[in-house]
Amino acid sequence: MKFAVIVFPGSNCDRDMLWAVSEILGEEASYVRHDETSLAGFDGVLLPGGFSYGDYLRCGAISRFSNIMSEVIRFAEEGRPVFGTCNGFQVLTEAGLLPGALKRNDSLHFVCKTIQLKVVNNETAFTSEYRQNEIIRVPIAHGEGSYYCDEATLSKLKENHQIVFTYEGENPNGSIANIAGIVNEKGNVLVMMPHPERAVEELLGSADGLRFFQSMVKNYGKVTN
Amino acid sequence: MTANEPTPKEVKEQRLYANWGLTDEEYALIEKKILKRMPNYTETGLFAVMWSEHCSYKNSKPVLRKFPTSGPQVLQGPGEGAGIVDIGDGQAVVFKAESHNHPSAVEPYEGAATGVGGIIRDIFSMGARPIAILDSLRFGELDNEHTKYLLEEIVAGISGYGNCIGIPTVGGEVSFDSCYEGNPLVNAMCVGLIDHKDVQKGQAKGVGNLIMYVGAKTGRDGIHGATFASEEFTEGEEQQRSAVQVGDPFMEKLLLEACLELILEHQDILVGIQDMGAAGLVSSSAEMASKAGSGLILNLDEVPQRETNMTPYEMMLSESQERMLICVKKGHEAEVVELFKKYDLDAVNIGSVTEDASYRLYHHGKEVANLPVDALAEDAPVYNKPYTEPERIKEFAAMENFEPEITDGKETLLGLLRQPSIASKKSIYETYDAQVLTNTVVLPGSDAAVLRVRGTKKALAMTTDCNGRYLYLDPEVGGAIAVAEAARNIVASGGKPLAITDCLNYGSPDKPEVFWELWTSADGIAAACKELDTPVISGNVSLYNETDGKAIYPTPMIGMVGLINDLEHITTQDFKNIGDLIYLVGNTKADFNGSELQKMLLGKIEGKLMAFDLQAEKQNQALVLQAIQAGLVASAHDLSEGGLGVALAEAAFKNDLGVVVRVDFATSYLFSETQSRFILSVAPENQEEFEKIMGNSAELIGAVEFGGKIEIATADSAFKVTVKEAKQVWEEAIPCLMK
Repeated sequence: MKFAVIVFPGSNCDRDMLWAVSEILGEEASYVRHDETSLAGFDGVLLPGGFSYGDYLRCGAISRFSNIMSEVIRFAEEGRPVFGTCNGFQVLTEAGLLPGALKRNDSLHFVCKTIQLKVVNNETAFTSEYRQNEIIRVPIAHGEGSYYCDEATLSKLKENHQIVFTYEGENPNGSIANIAGIVNEKGNVLVMMPHPERAVEELLGSADGLRFFQSMVKNYGKVTN
Repeated sequence: MTANEPTPKEVKEQRLYANWGLTDEEYALIEKKILKRMPNYTETGLFAVMWSEHCSYKNSKPVLRKFPTSGPQVLQGPGEGAGIVDIGDGQAVVFKAESHNHPSAVEPYEGAATGVGGIIRDIFSMGARPIAILDSLRFGELDNEHTKYLLEEIVAGISGYGNCIGIPTVGGEVSFDSCYEGNPLVNAMCVGLIDHKDVQKGQAKGVGNLIMYVGAKTGRDGIHGATFASEEFTEGEEQQRSAVQVGDPFMEKLLLEACLELILEHQDILVGIQDMGAAGLVSSSAEMASKAGSGLILNLDEVPQRETNMTPYEMMLSESQERMLICVKKGHEAEVVELFKKYDLDAVNIGSVTEDASYRLYHHGKEVANLPVDALAEDAPVYNKPYTEPERIKEFAAMENFEPEITDGKETLLGLLRQPSIASKKSIYETYDAQVLTNTVVLPGSDAAVLRVRGTKKALAMTTDCNGRYLYLDPEVGGAIAVAEAARNIVASGGKPLAITDCLNYGSPDKPEVFWELWTSADGIAAACKELDTPVISGNVSLYNETDGKAIYPTPMIGMVGLINDLEHITTQDFKNIGDLIYLVGNTKADFNGSELQKMLLGKIEGKLMAFDLQAEKQNQALVLQAIQAGLVASAHDLSEGGLGVALAEAAFKNDLGVVVRVDFATSYLFSETQSRFILSVAPENQEEFEKIMGNSAELIGAVEFGGKIEIATADSAFKVTVKEAKQVWEEAIPCLMK
């Protein structure tokens, strides 16, 4: 499977994402710059964390107008796998691929630590390698990660089993319904605030994120068919 | 000359130079000996910043000469953007620390943020990719709103900059003493990784080669920042905000990536590169030319400007952030412009290298400065300041040794865990992204941070240390202890100390008592560096840290990096397994002067500082490292503030493990701060082999146990406290004080 790691000006987890997917997972991956216009030849798209455009205006608000984003949207609409973490989550909600928005953390502070997540839907193309309701340890690092949506949207997310990850034990940012990660209705675009790409080696404290990417590889092809 | 600027005669007669920090003697030297004419307004400004203490080290040079700066491991010592140390396999580690105390006192958020931004540029200007940031912070006591505001904003500034640019903030230290109340210390250290073949120099050579300006545009911010940093604060003059710069980490991220692309992929056309830091354009350009024995012509009309009608004086002295100066082979301008355009950055040819050694500036077609380049960059006078031992030292020497009697071990331990300098800094470091770049193996909170080196079995340990209280009692011994403690932290993490960087934070060198502190502490630092084989490869000096005539404690922050040969050797301070044996390495004496316990009990520190034996330090470190490398040590923690009692508690906290310990000295000794000590935990099956290595240097004092309690028996009492209670006190102390 060949992954594109999108690089916006100010992305800063792009190298971590590439390392996780190519060196640890052993799949093909390369960077695609924000000003490029094609995703030809790629099988999956990864939007990394960081501070694209310095978070100016609003996190992700400027990046969504990058050249590459119309391709990312087309790619997603074709039902192919797209994953956004942290700033990638913010960009994809700004682009309208997913409902809701991300607010400042309740604490008003940036927070970086390893937290517990519950896999509340293991029937997605991103989580099939986890057990249902499994608790995993994954780092977070964000200042604006408090997910918010209106009641109607929340009901719909619940109804369609679109809530994939929830914070377990402690909600680090005040997100609604403890939401840490959601998937679109079609099931091919997943976004989350925690960083699975930071949890792929025991040496660094957790390898629980590896199965996230392994799920993507294993399910590749199934989504589009 | 620009309209409305004072004439050279007016500069002289109205002594305008004095406002910029030049003395009458220095002005006379420039006029009579160097130029043999009166300098104009712009030229006077250039001299004033270049001859400030911050740029010229005119007061501290004789002190800095004491430091050992070479060794087989050193690839680049002081003098470039940062020092470089070999770590084998054609790789090297690049590091430096810099203070941003004055700006942070006036505008804490931006002051701290630009301190981080500046030190990062020093690292990538060498050609290295920055991999970690550490911060050493000092504040007044957390008993007033202003100090809380400073802490909140300085931490936010560090986190705002480091998190955005995507370099992990992995370690450092925070401590509190009233002497820092009006003058907090913000020392930022950055560590980078480089291949030997990619090392750059800040030089401008080769007649006709181009001087190019890259990065952010120049504004009027930070003018005379270097001069400002070389003066003390007085009440009512806190409004020096115009001398503080404003940072943009997003811009610096772009600049970082563009510069590294230039360095790594266009080495054939790049001659030199240097950060525009303190004293901005004048400092970077004059130093680049002077180092290479060249001259320069700069056309200031080409300098990218974000404000209108800027004068040559303003452009040359501006400390606008996120700018670099590069020297490029002639004929290659277009390549550089194109590369930087990819990152939406300016890259503009603003001048060229000349063969004469003169420094010439043109503005609107006229020559506005023409100076010998060495006069600016090299020839600032060097002062051998008079020094005298402060009265307090004699008084301390005459005092009886402080030996408190402790009857309630539990309350004393809890009291110490509550002291802000000892209490958990989690509420601070959790606001820093410590994991980005996915190399951080040991996160903030242990003795040293540890980062793996990808593609190898190696790792780097890094730490910052300094206990200003010890230096206040005895600068020489305190200086040696600062280096030794940093090394102890590296060793406890499984590393061999390689070298140090420093930020020498002191009061006004114009006071003989303060200069004595600087002078004698340098002796202690130098002695420890020699003994522990950790040369000084970079650093900076921050003097005039005074408010209303009162100096801070002498605070030479030591930043140290060590090499861990094998990932298997990485060791943390936390007890790991029930049943592991606990050993104390090193002797414990009645060393309470300058201790956290003394401060807690008396509300002040006093007396003669403990004796310190560098030989014993070196020996204990060598043994501990040997035991770790032999795979016999489950955890290792250095003993520092709060002594054995606090160290045991800290080692128990992370995994909530209980300890049962018995020692044959008095309860008070649990909190003595005798140096050269560690606590190690060792699995029972390794006991024999471990004891064979350690000999008499390690004493078995207890074990890691079930029950979640810290149980300690001494020669005169016994007490227990649950790990839960102790941890709660320790974790909640700072958040509680901040409310």
